[in-house]
Amino acid sequence: MPTMSKRGWITLVVLILLAVLPPLFYLGGQAFYLDLATRLVILAIAAVSLNLILGYGGLVSFGHAAFVGLGAYAVGIPAHHWLYGGWDAIATLSGWLHIPLAVGVTALFALLTGLVCLRTKGVYFIMITMAFAQMVYYLIVSIEEYGGDDGLVIDSRTELAFFDLDKPLQMYALCFLSLLVALGLVRMIVNSRFGMVLQGAKGNPERMATLGFNTYAYRLTAYVISGAMCGYAGALLGNFTTFISPEMMDWHRSGELMFMVILGGAATTIGPVLGATVFIVLEEVLSSLPHPFGIYWQLPFGLLLILVVMFIRGGLAGLFSGRKER
Amino acid sequence: MKRVMSAALAAAMLGLPAHADVKIGFVTTLTTPAAVIGNDMKNAVDLAMEHLGGMAGDTKLEVIYGDDGFAPETGKQATDKLVKQDNVDFVAGYIWSHVLLASRKSVLDADKILISANAGPSQMAGQLCDKNFFSTSWQNDQTPMAMGEVLNKAGVKSLYIMAPNYAAGKDMTAGVERTFKGEIKGKDLTKWGADAQLDFSAELAKAKASGAEGIFVFYPGAAGGAFIKQYDQAGLKDTLPLYSVFTVDALSLPKLQAADFKAVLGSKTTQEWDPTLDNEANKKFVADFKAKYGTYPSYYAAQSYDAIMLIASAVKAVGGDMSDKDKLRAAIKAADFSSVRGKFKFGTNNMPIEDFFLREVVTDADGTWTTKVIDTVYTDHVDPYAAECKMN
Amino acid sequence: MDTTLLVIQVLNGLQLGLLLFLVASGLTLVFGILDFVNLAHGSLYMLGAFVCASLTYALGNFLLAVVVALPVVGVIGYLTERVVARSLYARDHLDQVLATFGLILVFDTSAHVIWGPEGIAVPLPDWLNGQVALGSGLEVPTFRLLIIAAGLAAAGGLFWLVNYTRLGMLIRAGASNRTMVSALGIDIQMLFSLVFALGAMLAGLAGMLIAPITEANIGMGNSIIITAFVVIIVGGIGSIKGAFIAALLIGLIDTLGRAFLDDLFGLFMSSAAAENSAPAVSAMLIYLIMALVLALRPQGLFPPKVR
Repeated sequence: MPTMSKRGWITLVVLILLAVLPPLFYLGGQAFYLDLATRLVILAIAAVSLNLILGYGGLVSFGHAAFVGLGAYAVGIPAHHWLYGGWDAIATLSGWLHIPLAVGVTALFALLTGLVCLRTKGVYFIMITMAFAQMVYYLIVSIEEYGGDDGLVIDSRTELAFFDLDKPLQMYALCFLSLLVALGLVRMIVNSRFGMVLQGAKGNPERMATLGFNTYAYRLTAYVISGAMCGYAGALLGNFTTFISPEMMDWHRSGELMFMVILGGAATTIGPVLGATVFIVLEEVLSSLPHPFGIYWQLPFGLLLILVVMFIRGGLAGLFSGRKER
Repeated sequence: MKRVMSAALAAAMLGLPAHADVKIGFVTTLTTPAAVIGNDMKNAVDLAMEHLGGMAGDTKLEVIYGDDGFAPETGKQATDKLVKQDNVDFVAGYIWSHVLLASRKSVLDADKILISANAGPSQMAGQLCDKNFFSTSWQNDQTPMAMGEVLNKAGVKSLYIMAPNYAAGKDMTAGVERTFKGEIKGKDLTKWGADAQLDFSAELAKAKASGAEGIFVFYPGAAGGAFIKQYDQAGLKDTLPLYSVFTVDALSLPKLQAADFKAVLGSKTTQEWDPTLDNEANKKFVADFKAKYGTYPSYYAAQSYDAIMLIASAVKAVGGDMSDKDKLRAAIKAADFSSVRGKFKFGTNNMPIEDFFLREVVTDADGTWTTKVIDTVYTDHVDPYAAECKMN
Repeated sequence: MDTTLLVIQVLNGLQLGLLLFLVASGLTLVFGILDFVNLAHGSLYMLGAFVCASLTYALGNFLLAVVVALPVVGVIGYLTERVVARSLYARDHLDQVLATFGLILVFDTSAHVIWGPEGIAVPLPDWLNGQVALGSGLEVPTFRLLIIAAGLAAAGGLFWLVNYTRLGMLIRAGASNRTMVSALGIDIQMLFSLVFALGAMLAGLAGMLIAPITEANIGMGNSIIITAFVVIIVGGIGSIKGAFIAALLIGLIDTLGRAFLDDLFGLFMSSAAAENSAPAVSAMLIYLIMALVLALRPQGLFPPKVR
């Protein structure tokens, strides 16, 4: 193994801390911190998926929360029918249906919307991805059977072969392992020929096109992979919270995912994880301040967001590396 | 999340370390425009704690606030935190039915006591009732049912209905349709939540064109004031009289008075409580609330005050011992406290059995706009879902 | 269908469309000339409402308050440009979206700190509180007519400013060719600040006009800003004319959708399902239109001539 870069060490340390600390808190009687970490890790997976297209592909999706929501509903709807009847074909708790359904539905949604979205560029891409997310939001709102605006409580979690999701530690273990797989997958994609073309198309699409690459197809593939990965994160989130609502796909949530990627460092392996960590911890710390400061937590949070964008280019991961990698 | 600590008042006054024996989590809305309701409830809880001296018998009480951000998902997170991190013994509060529905499992699974100080979703009075869940408010259908009776009595033959599109909005419309004998000419459910619809021009025009003899609305919090202004600007006062529940209250009236919006004077609503109810507990509550905060308390405040008093009475009855849950539940069910409603008892599904009054907006002796009771619509009313409840 | 009702709903749609235009026109100017995506533009709409509401109580007259509040909001817009926006012009749209997303949080929470959570009701003078009869059985609130009139006047003023003044000439030139304008020796920084302040005033005016109806509310800007973006994308970024037509289109679709869609849906589904899905579907409609426009005509319906 070649000598590890400074950022490699950071990656290792962050992942080890995430692997060890939350379970220790839980065993020490602080169940809440395990919950916090579970949420963090799930959002980190979503941020990692966004990083694939935003960081490496230069495709600024402002609608990624839709994939999270669709993934969660893909788990919640079969569970809802299993609990309350109707739609026998999908009424089950089996992970063999839930997970493929979440991944499949989001992949399909990514494919269909990607076909249209990827014909646009720049700010138009930002806005059209948001438009599709809003459409899904209002679609879910309009379906009375699945709770509409109120959302849906799912009392039963997905049944998987090796993990009992009703046990918080096993839930966390699954989420953390999923994060490792997601990180590995994105790294593999980025370092492959496919990833090179994707990154090349970000910097200079004309050149890649002249070289004979169909950049549209490459981007579409990346968009579908990213959407499916994010849908999987949504399936985890639905299982974790046992509550799904249209609120999960609000445009604010998409903005938060973007913030995690940028804060941590776009186009870096560990950036989205760092970003999600800082985001969740800050939100928790600021909102826990004594009254009345706690209810104004968004003020320092917003200021920080502005300052990060204005002054920390390359995100937190950028701070840890000598050279600029953006 | 967004937790706000409130010091145990007695401990602070006596200079003792703030160690509480019994902790109460209180979930309400402290951000977004709906925080106007949450702040009123928080004020009432603080006042209740002051009246109790922070003590229930020999047991110290501590209240920890949680903010639901006017959204079920955030409310559930706040509840989880109270249960898991703060390890509270009671979780009380909840303005919104959809927030309560999303949060109930977190509390009940941990075998804690859940007390609603406002929201009364039909499900939780019926099939989802639970031995650990109690209410110091009402079931959503009851107040509009009382309004339906008022409409029948007034000889109103047809009605247009408007409410926000969420759990309570649906219960409220179901409630009025349950008792109203005339024809429903039309119904609009509008977008609710942090980005709620506040311009009702399209709906009001439809209501007017429907030819209904009256309009029934349910718009709690900030939306209420906005609705009433538009209703008046549209000139519907004479052709389409307004019958509302949870819309004209101690929160919207000061704002309407500041804007000199006289149209609201004389309008009628139904409610289970009023500042003019003649009993010792209520007189003290209303007088001290006004002295401390400078406004009339709302029914949200009254119900929150009752929730804390109920908890205190039960904690006192069991001598601060939270371990024997059966004993604790029995102590709560006994409802041995002086309610600001005058009397208070629980039904089989742990919802209150109570009276409902018709209130009118009037000007008090100091010139402040408020409400007074003009009639009793229901006596000892039981909610319509009690029969569906199979208490385990 | 009842024609009176239809006329009233069209007027309602027109009113919403004109308010949308006031917000969208500033957005499209800033976007077109400065190439700056300002998510926080909706916050200026909210601040306009709050400042005007406070001033109405202080001065005792709504119309006077509007006159005083306009420059105040203009100054807030100017300061926003100076302190935050200016350093982000050279950045990509992603950075601009994120920074202005942060600005929304700052503005919203500041409003909560300053004015409290409950919002402010804005009293109108008596002569604006009544109704005007436009025909038999056709009565419209006076104030809503005033909104339509004010919206049309502002739109007319803006057209005049953009098409017949030197400033407008520079703005038009800036929208189509930035380098040329700076090559002409114009103080481009000052022009940018002015455009930003003008946009702020237009959005603020919209907020002031809606405040007597919906009250000044925290977060009121967040629901309109996304719709305003839909308007400028459909209309073509940088085009005032496009924004005007698209705003009226979106305003009418949204209002008529809310008004008549449930009757339409009631023809082929249960009335309960129709009541529930109609508002959501009419909200979806405007995004569907935007997606269609972007897919078929990415530069919008009326793009500025030279780009």
